[in-house]
Amino acid sequence: MPEYKRPKSPTEYAENFAPIHPLMNDTQAHYESSRCLFCYDAPCINACPTGIDIPLFIRQINSGNVTGAARTIYEANYFGHACGNVCPTEVLCEGACVYNHQDVKPIEIGRLQSYATDQVIRTDKQLFQPARPNGYKVAVIGAGPAGISCACELRMYGYEVDILEAKELPSGLTVYGVAPYKITNEEALEEMAWLEKQFGFCVYYKRPIKSRADLDQLEEQYDAIFLGIGLGNTRPMGLPGEELEGVWGATEFIEQLRLEQENAMAGQRVVVVGGGNTAMDAASESARMGAEVVGIAYRRSQAEMGAYPFEYELAKGAGVSAWFNAQPVAIHGESQVIGIRLVQTETVDGKVQQLPDSEFDLPCDMVILATGQEKQTSFLSQIHDLSLDKKGRIQVKADHQTDNPMYFAAGDAVNGGAEVVNAVAEGKKAARGIHDYLFLTKNN
Amino acid sequence: MANLFTNLAGITSPNPFWLASAPPTNSGYQIMKAFDAGWGGAVWKTLGVPVVNVSSRYGALNYRDTRMMGLNNIELITDRPLKDNLKEIEEVKKYFPKHAVIASLMVETREQWHQIVKDAENAGADGLELNFGCPHGMCERGMGSAVGQEPHVLKTIVGWVKEVATTPVIVKLTPNITDITVPAVAASQGGGDAISLINTIQSLTGVDIDNFVPYPVVDGKSTHGGYCGPAVKPIALNMVKECARHPEVKIPISGIGGIENWRDAVEHILLGASSVQVCTAVMHYGFGIIREMVAGLEQYMDEKGFQTLDEMVGRAVPNVQNWENLNLKYKVVADINADKCIGCQLCYTACDDGAHQAIGLVEGSRVPEIIEENCVGCNLCSLVCPVEDCITMVRRDDGSEDLTWAERTAAGDIPNTFNDQRGGGVGHYVPEPKEGLKKN
Ligand SMILES: Cc1cc2nc3c(=O)[nH]c(=O)nc-3n(C[C@H](O)[C@H](O)[C@H](O)COP(=O)(O)OP(=O)(O)OC[C@H]3O[C@@H](n4cnc5c(N)ncnc54)[C@H](O)[C@@H]3O)c2cc1C
Ligand SMILES: Cc1cc2nc3c(=O)[nH]c(=O)nc-3n(C[C@H](O)[C@H](O)[C@H](O)COP(=O)(O)O)c2cc1C
Ligand code: SF4
Repeated sequence: MPEYKRPKSPTEYAENFAPIHPLMNDTQAHYESSRCLFCYDAPCINACPTGIDIPLFIRQINSGNVTGAARTIYEANYFGHACGNVCPTEVLCEGACVYNHQDVKPIEIGRLQSYATDQVIRTDKQLFQPARPNGYKVAVIGAGPAGISCACELRMYGYEVDILEAKELPSGLTVYGVAPYKITNEEALEEMAWLEKQFGFCVYYKRPIKSRADLDQLEEQYDAIFLGIGLGNTRPMGLPGEELEGVWGATEFIEQLRLEQENAMAGQRVVVVGGGNTAMDAASESARMGAEVVGIAYRRSQAEMGAYPFEYELAKGAGVSAWFNAQPVAIHGESQVIGIRLVQTETVDGKVQQLPDSEFDLPCDMVILATGQEKQTSFLSQIHDLSLDKKGRIQVKADHQTDNPMYFAAGDAVNGGAEVVNAVAEGKKAARGIHDYLFLTKNN
Repeated sequence: MANLFTNLAGITSPNPFWLASAPPTNSGYQIMKAFDAGWGGAVWKTLGVPVVNVSSRYGALNYRDTRMMGLNNIELITDRPLKDNLKEIEEVKKYFPKHAVIASLMVETREQWHQIVKDAENAGADGLELNFGCPHGMCERGMGSAVGQEPHVLKTIVGWVKEVATTPVIVKLTPNITDITVPAVAASQGGGDAISLINTIQSLTGVDIDNFVPYPVVDGKSTHGGYCGPAVKPIALNMVKECARHPEVKIPISGIGGIENWRDAVEHILLGASSVQVCTAVMHYGFGIIREMVAGLEQYMDEKGFQTLDEMVGRAVPNVQNWENLNLKYKVVADINADKCIGCQLCYTACDDGAHQAIGLVEGSRVPEIIEENCVGCNLCSLVCPVEDCITMVRRDDGSEDLTWAERTAAGDIPNTFNDQRGGGVGHYVPEPKEGLKKN
């Protein structure tokens, strides 16, 4: 029996995708914040890519200054609320908590963070005042974590900022990609609306920047351009049958799930190909959509999986099973997928080798390929002098300036795909780079 | 935006947060580090003839999971030569001309007082604090609290200091006394420019029950120490308020005792402190706690619309009254929010065993029920409840009546015989004694 039934209403959907880190109430926040030791040179701060002064904000919660706590968080991280929900805290701040060394439960930093930020968002508290206009204009391409973080920081220096976003909603993969049991659409969008009000940048939706003509226009109208475009669609594997109906790229599957919710397409018998966090998410999500059987097929061993152990545990908890050392060779079906053929493998000297005569078929009505996203190289190749590395990542200097001095870049498009928090940290750093460029270099 | 500029009797600092005279102010290194972190002032570790200390020196009261809610020490004043301290005072002032550096002093004779006052002022101290508070060791030698407990002696020594001092003189008081206003008035009359309180409270934090020695243990023996930290805040707040409302204490107050966060500081200030001093919290968490304190105070002032500290100092003092002036007609009762209740029934047992039998259990439910006619509005249940805002006290009188004990006394309407029918508990429900049997 599957753990979950196919959700038929918004309520059932919400139940199946209930938050794994629910919002704390006042009592929880009080007790949890009391436990913080206020370490010197706190390891949690060092483990946070945005360097939030965590002991400080926890102490502020504990002394009743929740607004001050939120300010501490947002001063370091403009996605304070989203990050509290979606960060893999087990390998970041909470993983560094000194309590772990005595097998005492680490402080629930992420949830305390969401608790404090939720209160200022809900009460619409004005915490920031953008600087007076400095006369410069910056275009930000992409309203994802990198782009919005960059925009907020630029507003604090007095830049006029226009964000051009291809899709209809802000926050990038926070709303289109991250698992719904980490953050709901409402939560993600409420924080974005609050940020827009605080900082006063303009977002233009359904405004993809595609052609050389688009770029010419931007280069003419703005003093600098920030690229926060993230990655592209799921990279095709080149398998026979990949074009069949029921074969999905993981990011596309998740995007329609996040938008359509209980009405989203989902399989009854699902095979998810891949061993990263996206594979774990897609499998968990399929199970929560009421699939009878969900299996992960990964071409290497369990130990070699890129996914965090807790993400695999979460998927298993939702009823997902896994085949390790199993590589897809073909997808079966006429127009609709009916099965997938896998071959057994072993890893020799780090290379995956197929074992002879070890092929087997699994019946399924959906195959989800979670084998990585493409880079947006054809779009990027239109920007003069921009250098990409061998993997298609935009190359930048320490201040996030690209080889075309007018262009700065950060986030997944630069780091190749990391977490929301990395994109936020880099976007903010890039804003400082833009500021230095326009004020120091250009003015001299 | 709130302005934290602070002025205590002419000693100024960028914010009201000063380090109290204690180990955190032992050296120029520590004070530089503290100012760099954001502290507004520092009272140097008490200067005098250098002492010899013992080891070990501290004991602590841990309460449940909270370490060091009270700290006890048997340390004396500085053990470093005066000239080293003076040299460092000079250096600190050079780097931080706008911060307050106050020299705490403790010597015996008039000549010594004159000399050390001049030395400290020559080194650049912005003010002086006379340590009449140390309640262990030094008092055996006729100094510290031995002075603070003798108003005449205290006044005489303040006079000696004022003969030569050119900077403001703060008199630091000991709480080891029945009425704190007596030495406070003496300090004021003697010419002191400000008082600071409290110093530590005589105490023992515990006993090593295997070896029969109290803590801290010095080679199998111990001695009483001075108590400080969060545990002493209520005592400090009361004493600060007592001084603030006494008409003959005409000088400003620096509040000390149990200050660990912005809220503690605000409480001291609202009860009359113009600056605050901190020791234990820094000994526990280091200078970094100043970030929380400054941010919290600013946030509070902004939300309340206070521009300057002066607008806040003593704001709660007029609301402190003698008991006889409280309104006997004011009536609150407890109210349990059933949605929040987690069913621990601590309120039930607290009220039934420790108060007024005004909470009942309900069959088939873990959520207790207030028996409103029995409730005297004492607050106990709301204090023991582990859930935020689950038990609240709600007002039941309509606010139209105001009658105090003083007024009843004036009207001759107070109980005055043992069985007087005007006693407050007359007619109040009390169960039969027998009902107490077989209840546990
Ligand atoms: C399935 C999945 C699950 C994830 N789960 C987590 C998680 O739990 N926790 C976590 O921290 N991270 C997670 N991540 C990673 C995280 O979402 C990304 O690292 C982060 O969103 C990167 O931010 P970004 O701003 O660089 O790019 P994106 O979030 O990708 O934002 C880029 C934005 O740019 C827009 N855009 C792109 N090209 C153009 C163009 N040419 N013109 C105009 N607009 C354009 C896009 O529409 C998008 O809105 C997950 C990622 C995926 C794929
Ligand atoms: C170890 C220790 C040493 C102290 N030494 C002095 C001192 O030399 N002079 C003095 O005036 N007070 C001294 N005090 C008292 C503190 O200055 C302060 O009045 C007291 O600790 C209360 O504040 P707190 O609750 O913030 O610790 C000392 C306190 C401690 C804990
Ligand atoms: S704190 Fe510890 S290490 Fe430092 S002096 Fe005291 S006993 Fe020694």
